[in-house]
Amino acid sequence: MAQLNVKINGKPYTVNEGTILEACQQAGVRVPTLCYLKDLNPLGACRLCVVEVKGARDLPASCVTPVSEGMEIWTSTKKVLDSRKMTLELMLSNHNNDCNSCVRSGSCELQSLANEYSCDVHRFAGEVTKGEEEVTPYLIRDNSKCILCRRCVAACSKLQHVAVIGPNKRGFNTYIGTAYGMDLAGSGCVSCGQCINVCPTGALREKDDTDKVYEAINDPTKHVVIMPAPAVRVGIGEEFGYPIGTNQQGKMVAAMRRLGVDAVLDVDFTADLTIMEEGTELLHRLQGEGPLPMFTSCSPGWINYIEQYYPEFLPNLSTCKSPHMMSGAIVKTYYAKKKGIDPKDIFTVTVMPCVAKKGEIIRDDINASGYKDIDCVITTRELARMIKRSGIMFNNLPDEDFDEFVGRGSTAGLLFGATGGVMEAALRTVAEILEKKPLPKLDFVAVRGTEGIKRASVNLAGKDLHVIVASGIENAHTIMEELKAGKLKDAAFIEIMCCPGGCVAGGGQPIQPADVWNTTDVRGLRAKAIYDTDTASKARKSHENKEVNELYANFLGEPNGHKAHELLHTTYRNRSIKEK
Amino acid sequence: MVRSYILVCGGTGCTSNHSGEIINALNAELKAQHLDEEVKVVMTGCFGLCAKGPIMVVYPEGAFYHSVTVEDVKEIVSEHLLKGRIVKRLLHTEDTTNEKVLSLNDTEFLKKQVRVALYNCGVIDPENIEEYIGREGYQALGKVLTEMKPVDVIETIKASGLRGRGGGGFPTGKKWEFAYNQKNDQKYVCCNADEGDPGAFMDRSVLEGDPHSVVEAMAIAGYAIGANKGYVYIRAEYPIAVKRLQKAINDARAYGLIGKNIFNTGFDFDLEIRLGAGAFVCGEETALMTSVEGKRGEPRVRPPFPAVKGLYGKPTILNNVETYANVPHIIRKGADWFASMGTEKSKGTKVFAVGGKIVNTGLVEIPMGTTLREIIYDIGGGIKNGKKFKAAQTGGPSGGCIPEQHLDVPIDYDNLIAIGSMMGSGGMIIMDEDNCMVDIAKFFLEFVVDESCGKCTPCRVGTKRLLEILTKVTNGEAELADIDRMEEISHYLQDNALCALGKTACNPVISTLRYFRDEYIEHIVNKRCPAGVCKGLTKIVIDKDKCIGCGICKKNCPVNAISGEIKQPHVIDPEVCVKCGLCITKCPKGAISRR
Repeated sequence: MAQLNVKINGKPYTVNEGTILEACQQAGVRVPTLCYLKDLNPLGACRLCVVEVKGARDLPASCVTPVSEGMEIWTSTKKVLDSRKMTLELMLSNHNNDCNSCVRSGSCELQSLANEYSCDVHRFAGEVTKGEEEVTPYLIRDNSKCILCRRCVAACSKLQHVAVIGPNKRGFNTYIGTAYGMDLAGSGCVSCGQCINVCPTGALREKDDTDKVYEAINDPTKHVVIMPAPAVRVGIGEEFGYPIGTNQQGKMVAAMRRLGVDAVLDVDFTADLTIMEEGTELLHRLQGEGPLPMFTSCSPGWINYIEQYYPEFLPNLSTCKSPHMMSGAIVKTYYAKKKGIDPKDIFTVTVMPCVAKKGEIIRDDINASGYKDIDCVITTRELARMIKRSGIMFNNLPDEDFDEFVGRGSTAGLLFGATGGVMEAALRTVAEILEKKPLPKLDFVAVRGTEGIKRASVNLAGKDLHVIVASGIENAHTIMEELKAGKLKDAAFIEIMCCPGGCVAGGGQPIQPADVWNTTDVRGLRAKAIYDTDTASKARKSHENKEVNELYANFLGEPNGHKAHELLHTTYRNRSIKEK
Repeated sequence: MVRSYILVCGGTGCTSNHSGEIINALNAELKAQHLDEEVKVVMTGCFGLCAKGPIMVVYPEGAFYHSVTVEDVKEIVSEHLLKGRIVKRLLHTEDTTNEKVLSLNDTEFLKKQVRVALYNCGVIDPENIEEYIGREGYQALGKVLTEMKPVDVIETIKASGLRGRGGGGFPTGKKWEFAYNQKNDQKYVCCNADEGDPGAFMDRSVLEGDPHSVVEAMAIAGYAIGANKGYVYIRAEYPIAVKRLQKAINDARAYGLIGKNIFNTGFDFDLEIRLGAGAFVCGEETALMTSVEGKRGEPRVRPPFPAVKGLYGKPTILNNVETYANVPHIIRKGADWFASMGTEKSKGTKVFAVGGKIVNTGLVEIPMGTTLREIIYDIGGGIKNGKKFKAAQTGGPSGGCIPEQHLDVPIDYDNLIAIGSMMGSGGMIIMDEDNCMVDIAKFFLEFVVDESCGKCTPCRVGTKRLLEILTKVTNGEAELADIDRMEEISHYLQDNALCALGKTACNPVISTLRYFRDEYIEHIVNKRCPAGVCKGLTKIVIDKDKCIGCGICKKNCPVNAISGEIKQPHVIDPEVCVKCGLCITKCPKGAISRR
């Protein structure tokens, strides 16, 4: 990469070829941005990142302007600061400034910049565009808070391919939404919530279901079982000041207990159960009993995608429910019986890094037990709010462990939180079954990492097993097109996660500002916490989970057997949007 | 054998004034009189003197008949064509001398004009390729493809001094050179026919009157930069232009003048039309290309510049219609010929669409360096109704006003910028003492607010807030500090907006403040509109001395604001009055006026 000599704020620097913003970052000079998202949204539209450049006729946007040899850049002259202040005040003049009731107060990028620039919210008081609120089971869009940065549009189109939202109308009346006023839920949206993660303000937020949880906790007749997903524990610390990529499982369990619930079970347990079911299913298909390649089915965003866009390949999906749905089924049958509790009195709430799960629990066939598998899903963010509201001082808590009965998983189950994790967990089990002996090394490094598509070949019992791991719908699209074109005849097993990087960066995880995303490998750091925990663990295989084996012996019978199918497997629906 | 040609204007203006029916009536009458073999009717493009349309010119005498109606056709045929007697009552009367003029070329209107871009407009039938060829058409392309190398073409255009006629004034040769220097196996030539400035119709007239000039020029440009594909982006509101250009493209293709292996030289070039969808911002070059690509037409940041990465990411040149219209002439007659016209830094001629309070509204083409005074008083016939000139607005919503003290500034790109305006695409609106400059600024700003794409914060919100303050001024609700606020937002827009639409949105405000600040102050401090235009500040009043109590105003008032007995002076209730002004037009005694 070429190196250039520039001057920033009067001092000389040698920087890499790139934008003025990147050059400033290398020089340790911070330039505020709003619409800029590295690689995703190089728009130059908000005009917050303007700088003065000697010889330029106007103030260029540093996020999209390339540096050149000898360029002289000034990042905080009076003209620049006055301009940024005015840009912010103009934005604020058409913004719902009710910070006190907004879920993003304290983490809102507009709010913190407005503070930094001592903005006068009333300076440009005038007409305000009426922002419409759109409410779905998984997210809420409030356009009165939208600053039209288009980061959500970029996430939906570039990251997630489906591109169901975009700017409508023009000028002052521009608003972000679906085309032709369609409902979001029926527009081809996959409910991934990546748009929420990139929104700088409170314009996009998860549907808050904490009131349902409080109601159940406060109801003395209800036995509340709370179950967190693998990825939650490597994200929740960020809500309490811990660095990105810290596994806070112990404090998380302790905190959940102190909310007043009756049981705290790990979804990692049912992740192990899923591996038993899905691994067995794969082995059957490898013997010709079902279509190959087989796709994983634990990501509801991915299920939303394939049902709407590629319904012809539904038979390739594993029929396994996702882990937390299996949790619900087991809790309301096996657990209820063992504990002597009437399942109608059990309230299952799972904590997910995901918003699509809120839609997953209201699918039709989720009550094979006779009761809803899961009564409520809250995101990592909602859990953090509940912990804070309940006065629980997270940082001072001791480390606690999950309940023992059907409550603990191996770290193979924990791997589910990262892209490639399901694949690796499955391979550990399938490999040992096929090889009929313990593996010397349990690490399948080829399927790890935040790369969008990973292809690997594993030699098991003398045969090559071709596997693919993809995360993010843009990459899922690539894989599906290859499948359509007949290019994946060799592939046996494909793991697809809706969110790029896997659940660690799901639509329900703690929000980090663009400043952090642009300079930090958030996905990699959170995933690393998972892999480090796994490396240090002594229980790394799903099929060696004692409770899981007892569950089969005492209740389910055989993996993929009749009872397992009834409780732990599901069906899919052709919801093709092309017919609309 | 044909002994006489009757040329009738088929431009949009005259067409909407029934020139098409005149042509039909002529053909029918000529047939009825058995003259249809000797006399041919030809539909042409715009003659330029639009105020006097529908225009008809009869050859061989060159008799210029104005404001022709269908009812005049019988007389024209019997008097002029049969008996050889000019129909004097239809001849143009020179306003300054009160004398009849026979030929269009003898009018004061045309005497100072030099028609280069409009060379064929009003002369040939734009739908007949043979007439274009008959007037040296496609000879420039032939010369270029058989005698010149691409660098020679570029050097010629550079030496001519041709600058972009769409308003930017960028040296055309230099733009072509940037694209030529890019190494890429796919390049594009684009034509900006989105002509969005209110009141501008230069490009429309060229496309309606001489579409082949654009086709030929684009092929020449393609050869020069190494492109074999072109797109003409025309606003959908120009159906006649679209139709005529499409026919020109089809005919040129059929004649082998575009398409594969033109003139057997191995050079391929073809082009197609893309329609706009009602967005002024798509006249901005990157927004135009984004729209051609099928996306939402919004500008994007530069760099990269289109000559490097334009349409579909390939090197692209985009030029205005009028810029292209000059190219075949420059190639045929040479760079020196073109550079002999105009000023030092602005060569050649410029087409202006002159409208407003001027006698001869219409299309004029004058050498650069002509003064505003010459345009208004020599060519334009002076201000209508003997009123006093106040200002001329050039450059549309991106431009500024030129007041009386600058009437003698030679018009060229740099001079106009120096006095706070800009050439723009050629729209020129003449204003008199009855225009309110604050209202004019508001008109252009309302246009910008409506047409803003909404991508960048400064334009999306800033122009809206600027308009809100300006509206307060016109409603008498502003304070003096609002002038400072407007100037502050204006300078912010110039520095921060993403594209030229936003950057120049404040120009009408800034330039009217520069030359007519006293009008703003009058609106703010005395809550009065001197020109009597701003509805919020004017009252409509019945002069009781002139009022005869006929009651016509009362009967016509849409909001029942007028009261009074028959034969008694009537009175308008200012609380109810919406100031539509209908009563003023209806009053038989002129007793009602705005104050």
